[in-house]
Order: sequence, then C-alpha cells, then structure tokens
Amino acid sequence: MTGFYRIVGHELRLSVRGGIGSLVALIFFVVTVALFPLGVGPELEVLGRIAPGVVWVAALLAAMLSMERLFQTDYEDGTLELLALSPLPLELVVLAKCLAHWLSTALPLIIISPVLSLLVNMSADGLVMLIAAMFLGTPTLSLIGGVGAALTVGARRGGVLLALLVLPLYIPVLIFGVGAVEGAISGYGSTAPLMILGGLFLGALVLTPFAGAAALRLALE
Amino acid sequence: MTASEGTSTQFQARALDCERGGRLVFVGLDFSLAPGSALVLRGANGSGKSSLLRILAGLLHPVGGTLEWAGAPVSEDPEAHRARLHYVGHLDALKTALTVGENLAFWAGLRGSAAGVGAGLDQFGLGELADMPARYLSAGQRRRASLARLAASKAALWLLDEPTVTLDAASVAGLGRAMAAYRAAGGIVVVATHGALEIAEAQTLDMSTFSPSLEFAP
Repeated sequence: MTGFYRIVGHELRLSVRGGIGSLVALIFFVVTVALFPLGVGPELEVLGRIAPGVVWVAALLAAMLSMERLFQTDYEDGTLELLALSPLPLELVVLAKCLAHWLSTALPLIIISPVLSLLVNMSADGLVMLIAAMFLGTPTLSLIGGVGAALTVGARRGGVLLALLVLPLYIPVLIFGVGAVEGAISGYGSTAPLMILGGLFLGALVLTPFAGAAALRLALE
Repeated sequence: MTASEGTSTQFQARALDCERGGRLVFVGLDFSLAPGSALVLRGANGSGKSSLLRILAGLLHPVGGTLEWAGAPVSEDPEAHRARLHYVGHLDALKTALTVGENLAFWAGLRGSAAGVGAGLDQFGLGELADMPARYLSAGQRRRASLARLAASKAALWLLDEPTVTLDAASVAGLGRAMAAYRAAGGIVVVATHGALEIAEAQTLDMSTFSPSLEFAP
C-alpha cells in the first residue's frame, strides 16, 4: 500500500507545483455560482429556492472540467506506461489518481461552498446539509470522472467526449445531492437521499477502478 | 557466447507472434537468455523492435506464443514480472514541475525503496542536477534522467528501446559500462538500438528473419 500513498503524494505535489492550473476548477466554481444572482435577479426568495441546484450543477461542471487532464498528461509524457509497469495493480493506480483528484479539486470546492451559499441565499440548515451531501457525493464524481478520463485518453478533443460520457452518469448524484439539501431546508428530512448518495459512492468505489484500469490497458496497447 | 552456453535459461520466448493494427509484424520469434546475457534487436523501422520490447514488458499481448521466466509462463503472474523488470521507452516520463531527484525518488519508491536514488544520479552524471527542475534539462540530460531509473532500483531484466538516442559519446560509453556491470551481477538486458552502443558477447536478433512476408515467399 505504500505505493498507493506515494502516487497520491506525488499527484498532490504536482498539483501544488502546477500553479494556477490546479485552481481552475475552484475559480470556475466560484464564478459560475456568482453569475446566478446577476442573471436571475436579486429576489432572495427565488435565489433561495434554486440555491441547492445551482451549487450542485456548478460543482458537477467544475469537477468534470479538471478531469480531462487526469490521465492525458501522463499518457503524453510516458508516465502512464511506467505506472502500468509498476508492481502496484493498475486498479489501485486509478484509485490513487481519483483520490488525489478529489483531494486537490473537490475538497477545495467543499471548503469554499459556505461562502458561495451566502451569495445564493441558502439557509443555515441547507448549508450544513450541503456540506454533508458534498462530502458523500463528490468522491463519486471523481471516481466516475476517472473512468471517463481513462476512456478518452489519447483521443483528440477528449474534453468534449468526456463531457458527453460523464455528465449523464453524474445525474443520480445531482438528483440526490439536491434532494438532500432541499429536504433539510423544507424540513422533510434528508436521510433517504444521503443513504442513496452513500450507496452510489460505495458502488462507484468498487466498480470504477476496474473499468478505469481496463480502459487504460486498451489505451496502452 | 561462453556466458550463456551451458548455464540455465532464465528468460525465454517461444514462437511469439505479434499483430499491430490488423497486420502481422513478426511471427515465430524465439530466443532464450541466461543470467548475465544480452540480446540486441536489429532491424529496419517498423520491423517490430519496439513491439517486441512492449510484449516482453507485458504492455502488449502477443497473438501467439509464450514467454517464460525461469520455466514458468509470465502470463501466470504478470505482477511478479512487472516487479522484476525495468523498461525505458521512447518517452522520458519526467514531470517538468518536479526536480530530477524528486522524479527519480518517485519511481524508485514505487518499486520499494528510494535508497538507490543518489547512486543512480551519480552513475549517469546527474549528481549536480539533482535539485534542478526537470523542465530546464536538455534532451540528452532528460534521457540520462530516464536511464538513471535503471540504477536507482533493482530489477532482474532491463528492456531498453533505443536508449542512446540524443545521448553524447561519453554518456553512451557510460551506459555501456552500466550495462556491463549489471550483466556481471547476473542481470539480463534486451536492447533495441541502431547506434554505436558497444555490448560485449551479446546475442543479436535480426528482426527481418521473423517477418511474415518471408514466411510465405516461394
């Protein structure tokens, strides 16, 4: 398992050294959410009603935006070949890369979301649930995105293809992520959506490393 | 050939067939290598030298034939095979944002221990460049940083694809010395090269003899 943590550490170091590139997703998230009060108008009631959906859709798009480079740079500079030849199973390599993506991309989104929720007039109850739902839901986004990134490795215009592949698979996370926050705001309770988000995460955790590794092996042939 | 004759065969290929893009590249390729021996692949562009090395590394699967290590098929335990080989391909696999030392320490650490990083850097004349970000390296220096992986962690098999490209004469000689020392310790080297790499007592495999077009010629 030391190899697993070495890859995670290596990826995090690369994203820190990468400068502005690793902040693109975060900036995109902030700007997108900030556009809504300007576009929809300043009525607090309207903003409060669409707030959970706005934040979740922006998080979804931001997570996907940064996914394209997950394996592409490694493929281009030969790193992917050597990772595939390392003693660590390729499935664990995929999992390590997805974990590093979550830590470097999704975690900052969760940390900044309290500030953004003020912009769209989300209630305090909703905010607490939003953070909980994002902790359960965003790892699934990273895992599913990892499969998409592995499938589009080496493809030209891979980014557009990736969006077409991955966004439909993000829909369950979106529905139940928004459902959890709306349940908390309206007082109907959020247990069921949270449990489904947890189930989606566990399912993705088990299945996506194998799918991602199979796609990478095909790309390397 | 005295080194390989009479001793046990360690690494053996039997009747390997390779297909790329629906076209047979080579058929019926055999070799057997004892500990400490070297195999030099010769042949024109497209004769399948790189494909063969990728098959030997396990990145590519042959359409026919078997590969054996110490008598056991490699396909039975691909993870053990990966752990025993070093592969140096056309790409250098250096992260430009990291220093040369950090790059090397990552690859050595992934294979178990980063203790040999200093020795690897020194052996390929990179000691002074250890703290230099890899983006400032010249093509030859990048190549040497890639080759330094060979010395930074242990492996029983080296697979080298055109290792001398962009290297200067002194570095080519250094690589030759590294290979000689490695073989003296029992390592096996398979290398594809057009260049002036001097390899003592090496077997040579002429890829054109395994070309499928010859098989069916009258």
